[in-house]
Amino acid sequence: MTDVLVCIKRVPDVGGEVTLTADGQGVDARHVGFTVSEHENCAVELAVQVAAATGGRATVLTLGPAEAVEQLRSALAVGCDDAVLIEVCEPGSYGPADVAREIAAVVADRGDELVLLGNDAADTGDFQVGIRLAHLLGRPVVNGVRTVAVTDGVLVARGDGVDGVETYELPLPAVATVLEGGVEPRYPSLKGRMKAKKAPIDTRAPRSAPAGSGRVRLLLPPAQPSTVDVLGEGPQAAAAVVDLLERMGVAR
Amino acid sequence: MATVPATARVVVIGAGIVGNSLVHHLARLGWRDIVQIDKGPLPNPGGSTGHASNFIFPVDHSRELTDLTLDSMRQYKELGVFTESGGYEVARTEERMEELRRRMSSAKAWGIDAELVTPDHVVARIPFLDKDQILGAFWTPSVGVVDSLRAGTLMREAAQQAGALTTVPNVEVVGMDVERGRIKRVRTDKGDIEAEYVVIACGVWSPKLARMAGAAIPLTPAVHQMISVGPIPQLAERPGEISFPIVRDMDTFCYERQHGADMEVGSYAHRPILYDPEDIPTIEQAKLSPTELPFTADDFDPQLEQALELMPDALGADGAEIRYAINGLLSLTPDGAPILGETPEVKGLWSAAAVWVKEGPGVGRAVAEWMTQGWSEIDLAHSDIARFYPHQRTRQHVRARTSESFNKTYGIVHPAEQWASDRGKRLAPMHAATSAAGAVYFETAGWERPHWYASNEVLLGEYGDRVVPREHEWDSRWWSPIINAEHLAMRERAGIVDLTAFAIFDVVGPGALASVQHIVVAQADVPEGRLIYTPVLDPNGGFRSDLTIMRLAHDHFRVVTGAAHGMADLKWFRDNLADRAAVVDVTSAFTTIGLWGPKARDILGRLTDDDISNAGFPFFTCRPIQLGSVSVLASRISYVGELGWELYVPMEQGARVWDLLHEAGEPDGAVPVGIGVYGTTGRIEKGYRAYGFELDAERTIVEAGMARPRVKDADFIGRARYLEQREAGPRSVLCTLTVDDHISAGGQRRYMLGGEPIRTRDGGPLTDGNGRHPYVTTAGSAPSLGKHLLMAYLPPDEAYVGNQLAVSYMEQLYPVTVAAADATPLFDPDNARMRS
Amino acid sequence: MSVLVFAETTGGGIAETSLETVAFARGLDAEVDAVVVGELPHGAAGELAEHGVRTVHHATGDAFGAYSGAAWATAVQAAAGQSRVVLAPGTPRGLEVLAHLAARLDVAMAANVVSVVPDDELVVTRQVLGGSVLEEMQLPDTPALLAVAGHAVEAAPAPAPAVGTVRELTPEVAPADLVARVVSVEPVEAVDSSGLTTASVVVGAGRGAGGPDGFGAVSELAELLGGALGVSRVVTSLGWRPHHEQIGQTGSRISPDLYIPCGISGAIQHWAGCASSKTILAINTDPEAPMVTKATYAVIGDMHEIVPAINEELRRRRG
Repeated sequence: MTDVLVCIKRVPDVGGEVTLTADGQGVDARHVGFTVSEHENCAVELAVQVAAATGGRATVLTLGPAEAVEQLRSALAVGCDDAVLIEVCEPGSYGPADVAREIAAVVADRGDELVLLGNDAADTGDFQVGIRLAHLLGRPVVNGVRTVAVTDGVLVARGDGVDGVETYELPLPAVATVLEGGVEPRYPSLKGRMKAKKAPIDTRAPRSAPAGSGRVRLLLPPAQPSTVDVLGEGPQAAAAVVDLLERMGVAR
Repeated sequence: MATVPATARVVVIGAGIVGNSLVHHLARLGWRDIVQIDKGPLPNPGGSTGHASNFIFPVDHSRELTDLTLDSMRQYKELGVFTESGGYEVARTEERMEELRRRMSSAKAWGIDAELVTPDHVVARIPFLDKDQILGAFWTPSVGVVDSLRAGTLMREAAQQAGALTTVPNVEVVGMDVERGRIKRVRTDKGDIEAEYVVIACGVWSPKLARMAGAAIPLTPAVHQMISVGPIPQLAERPGEISFPIVRDMDTFCYERQHGADMEVGSYAHRPILYDPEDIPTIEQAKLSPTELPFTADDFDPQLEQALELMPDALGADGAEIRYAINGLLSLTPDGAPILGETPEVKGLWSAAAVWVKEGPGVGRAVAEWMTQGWSEIDLAHSDIARFYPHQRTRQHVRARTSESFNKTYGIVHPAEQWASDRGKRLAPMHAATSAAGAVYFETAGWERPHWYASNEVLLGEYGDRVVPREHEWDSRWWSPIINAEHLAMRERAGIVDLTAFAIFDVVGPGALASVQHIVVAQADVPEGRLIYTPVLDPNGGFRSDLTIMRLAHDHFRVVTGAAHGMADLKWFRDNLADRAAVVDVTSAFTTIGLWGPKARDILGRLTDDDISNAGFPFFTCRPIQLGSVSVLASRISYVGELGWELYVPMEQGARVWDLLHEAGEPDGAVPVGIGVYGTTGRIEKGYRAYGFELDAERTIVEAGMARPRVKDADFIGRARYLEQREAGPRSVLCTLTVDDHISAGGQRRYMLGGEPIRTRDGGPLTDGNGRHPYVTTAGSAPSLGKHLLMAYLPPDEAYVGNQLAVSYMEQLYPVTVAAADATPLFDPDNARMRS
Repeated sequence: MSVLVFAETTGGGIAETSLETVAFARGLDAEVDAVVVGELPHGAAGELAEHGVRTVHHATGDAFGAYSGAAWATAVQAAAGQSRVVLAPGTPRGLEVLAHLAARLDVAMAANVVSVVPDDELVVTRQVLGGSVLEEMQLPDTPALLAVAGHAVEAAPAPAPAVGTVRELTPEVAPADLVARVVSVEPVEAVDSSGLTTASVVVGAGRGAGGPDGFGAVSELAELLGGALGVSRVVTSLGWRPHHEQIGQTGSRISPDLYIPCGISGAIQHWAGCASSKTILAINTDPEAPMVTKATYAVIGDMHEIVPAINEELRRRRG
C-alpha cells in the first residue's frame, strides 16, 4: 500500500500569442484560462495508477491561490482521492526553494511514501523543486522519468537516457519527477467530475514567508516574421517538393 | 501576400454563416463587385459559426424566426449539408408538458409536422435515455444537423464562380469612413476599400465594427457552455456523425446531441457570462479560437448531474470522458431577435448580426433581397435594427436584458411576460399620479405604461361577472379582471388614458406634403386640422406600419405612431422624404392623454371655453384648445370606439392636465384606464387592426379588409402592387371570431391569449391562398359583448359570418364562430358613439 | 573572478551543448574552469583548452561509474571552490546536477538562461513558458547557478586558447547520494500503435480531403515517405478517419523531422499538436493560412492536384 502525493501547479494555459500583465510580473490569462503542465497530467495519472495498484491513496497538492482549487478538482476528477491546497495570495513570490520547503512540511506531516512532481513547471521552468524537496526530506530522487511502478516497497522508474531507456530502482520513501509521454492522461468522466466537485480540500497556510523567486520582470521576445519559403503554386511545384524531400533525406 | 481591391460595390465583413450566405444571395440577385473580408482564415475564421453545435429545431413561437429557419433548412438541404436526425424536446414537469402543448399550437400555426409523444416513443429511438425522468416529449421529425462551415464554403464558391465575389481572409478592419452621413470606405490593414455599401456580418465583433462608423449594433457576446463526452459505445457502434435524435432537456436548459462517438452536452442553465466585444481575444491570443474560451467547469457542474440522470448508461459509460469543453461565445440581443438592416445612423451601412446557424442562410437571403429591392419575402420587422431607441442601444441596457433573457433560452415565457431588469427608464409626466393610483406597469420601448390600476379594484364589485374572471393561472398571468372593469366603466362613463409612449414626429418644410403623400396610402392633401389614418406600405405592397397623421399647417404634418415601432417608422419617413422636407422627432416634447367615453365632452367642457360640440369640433379633426392656462392640441379620434379626444400636452404640463382631467371627471365617475383596455379590449370590440399583430409585410390592405373605395391618384410607395392586390382579390381574409364554449376537458374555462391555430370544427387543418395556416393574431375580452374574441386570417372560402370552426388551445379544440368577415366592429358597428 | 562549467562528454569528446556553455561562460569576462565527471575522452581536455578553459577538474572514482545526479553534484561541488558562477548545459543531466548543487548549497539557480548582464547582483535573462516569454531574474547568491539554454550562443574556440591543465579529483560521495542510480539501460525505442508520434515524416490532411474517400493520395504520400498519416479534429469528428490519427490539442502531439499538412489551415488546436515538428511543408490554397505563414516551406494550391503530382514525381525518380 503506497500513498502517493502528486504536486501540480496552476499555470496560464497559453497557446498562441502571450499577453503580459501591465506590471510585467505575470501573464494575462483572461483569454486562455489556467491548466497544469502535461508533465503533471502524466504525474497525476501515474499517481492514480500506483495508488490503485498498491491499494494506497493518491493525494494531489498545489501551492497557489484559492482559485487553484480548480486544478485540484480536475485531478480529483481523474482519480485522485484527496487534495491539499497550500493557499498563498501571491504564488509568484514563491521561488523553487520556497515551494520545496512548503511541500516538505506537508510531506513530513502526512508521510506520503512517494512524491511525484512534473519534470518542470510549464510557466517558470525551474527544474528544481523535486530535487530541493528530496534534499529537504532526505529522500532519493529520480528525474525526468516517464513511468513509475511500486513493487514490494521498491520504486521502479523508467525514462529516456543518453543511451536508451534507463531503469532506476530505489527504495521508498522517494521522490520522482515525471516527463510527459509515458502514460496517456485520462480526461475526467462525468461521475469523476461530480465526485471531485464534492470532495473536501485540505487547505493549509504556508509555514514561512517566501525568500522570493528573483523575478525582476517578464518581457516578450521580439516577434518572428514569417520566413516561409514558397516552393511554388499548383502541381507544377511537385518537382521542387521532391527536390526538397531528397535534400532532407526523407525520399528514400 | 494578398491585398484587397481598392473599390467595391459592397463590402461584406465576415465569413461566418451569415456573411457567406449573404454574398451568395447578393450574387444570385445580380450584385457584382462584392468584396468579402474576414480577420480570420478560411474556412473557419474563428467566429461563432466555427464552434456551433449546428442543429436545428424549426419550431419557435416567433413566426419570423420560424420562417427564417425553415428557409435556412431548405437551403442547407439544397447544398447537401443537412442530415435529418429528428429531435425531442423532453419535459420533466407538468408545467413543461403544458408548454409543449403550447408549442404544438405554434407547430400547427406554422405548418410544421410535430407530435406530442410518450416516454416510450422517446426510448424506442434513444434506448439509453432514462424514461422515468420524463413525462413526455415534443417530437419534431424534421430536426437535423448541418455542416455550416461547408455550407459557407459552397455559398462563397457559388458567388465566386458567378464572377461576383472576391473573398480575402486574414484582413483586419481598422476603420470606416463616413462622409455626409453615408458610408464611404472601409480601411483595413491590407489597404482601403471604397464602397457604396458595407455589411457588418461579424457576429460577436459587430458592435466594435459598427462603432468605427459611429453606429450601434446593440448585442453582447455571451458564453454558452458545451462539453463533448466520449467515446460512448452506444454511439460508436453506429456509423456517421449522427444517428440518434437530438434531445433538448427543456427543464434543465440543456441539450444532448450526438457527434460521432461523442455526445455533446450544451447548457443555457449557467449564470449569464457576458463579454465586451473589446475583450474577445485575438486569433493569436486565443488558446482554441477567439470564440472558444476557457471552460469554467464550476458553472457547468450542476448540468453534469442532470445530464447523467437523463442518459446514465451513455454518459456514464466506462471510458466515456469529457474530451472537449468550451465556453463558446454567441451573440445575445436585448429582445432576443437578430439585428438586421441598414443602420439608422449611417446610410449604406448594414447590419446582419446576432444570427444563429439555424437562421443564417434565411437571413442571408432576406437581407440580400432587402438590400436589392427594399423588401424581403420574409418580413424582418422584428429584427429591424431601426427598432432600437437610444436607451436600448446603451451597454447597460444590453447587458441587463441579455443577462435576464439568457436563462430563458429554454424557458417557459408567457406571451405577455414583462422584463424585470432595467425598468423605470422612461417615465410619463403623470407617473407619480398613476403610481399613487396603483398602476401596474407594463413596459413598451422603455416607457412604463399603466396596464391597469389597482385603485379600480372597487369596480369589480360593481360589474360582478361581467368582468369575466379567468380561472386558469396561465390565462390570467400578466392579466387582471380590473382591465375588463375599466373597460366597462369607460363605456358607461369615461376613462382617462396615459398614452405618453406614442412616438411623435413632425414632417415639415415646403416638401412636407409631397413627402407624406409619397409615403402613405391615404390622401394626405387634406385641409389643415384634419386627421389621416393610413397604412404605410413597402414597395411590395406589404404593411410597413399604420399610423395617424395630423395636418397642422400647409407645410407641417404631425405623425403619431406606436412606441414599439416608432423608431423604425421614423427611419422609414427619413429615408423616403421628398426634397426640401425634414423630419423632427418630438416624442419627448409631448405627452398624450386620452379621454374617452359618453361623458368625455361633459368632462372636457368643464375645463375649456372652446367650442367642443360635435359641430364645433367634428370627428377626425384636430386643433389647439385651452384648458385654463394650458394650451393643448386636441384631436378627436378614438382607438376604443368612444366619443373623446387625444390631448397632446407639453411634457412639462402633462402631470397638471392629468390631474385637471381627473378633477373634472370626478362628478361623472371617470376613472384612469390602462393599456389593457386601449390596446386589447377596446380595440378588439371595434375590430381595429394593430401593426405587428394583424398587420405585417406579408399581409395586404385587401386581406386586412382595410381597402377604401378609391385609391388616390398621387403615387405612393407600394401603389402599383396595391392596385394589383385590389385586382386579384384576397388570398386570406381577416376575420373576427367569437369563442362559443370555453369549458376544457378538465372542466375549467380557458381563454386563448393569441397564437393559437384555427382549425375546422373537427380539428382539421386550414390553409389560405398564401399557404399559411390560420392562427389567432389577437385574442381578448370583449366585456361589452360578454365574449372572448379572436382575430385571424382565414382562407377566403371560410371567411363568412356564421362559419363554425374551432380554435386549438393547449391541444384542445374549442368551438368558434366567425362573427365578422371584414373590418365591421362587433361593438357599435355604425360608430355612432365616436361620432356623437 | 572565476566560473566553473559542468561539461558533459560524448563518446568522441565534449558535447556540443557543453561547448556552447563554455562559450557562454567566456562571455562573463571571467576565468573559465570546467569539471568533467567520469571518463575523460582522449583529447577532450585539449578541446576545452582550445575553447578557453583554464583548468579541467576531472572527477573519478567508483561512485561516478553509473550516472547519479546527486553523486555527480558532489563532484561539481568539489571543483567549484571559490567560483562566482557555476554553469551547466540545459540538458537533462546538466539541469539535474545543477539542481542538486543548488539544493545542497541552498542557493538560487536559473534554468534556460539565454544571456546575462553582470552586475553587483547577477541578473540573467531566461526563457519561460516554453520560450514564448523571457524573464529577467536576479541571482544574488554565490555561487550563482546557471543552466544555459540550447543555442543561446554558438560554440566556438576562444580567440586565445588557454594553456589548459587537468586537475584530478576523487571526491567522497555519501552513500545516500548513490541510492538513486541507473540499474539498467535498454537501447530500445518506445513504440506507439499508429506510429504517428514516432514517425519521422507525417502527412496531415484536413477537411479539404472532402470526404472519407479523399485520403487516397495523402495516404500514398505517407507510404512513399515511410511516414504516418495524421488528420485534423474535424476529420475524426465527421467520422472520416479514426480518432487515433488525430493531431492536435485533443489528439496526438507529433514532433517529426518533416510534417506535411495538406489542406489544414492551422487552427490553434491543431497547431498545438504539431508545433514541435522540425520542418513543416504546408500545402494549402490560402497563402495566408496560419499553417502556411508558420511553415518552413509551402506550396500554394489544391491538395487534390498537388499531392498526386508529388507522388508521381517520387515514383518517377525511383524508376
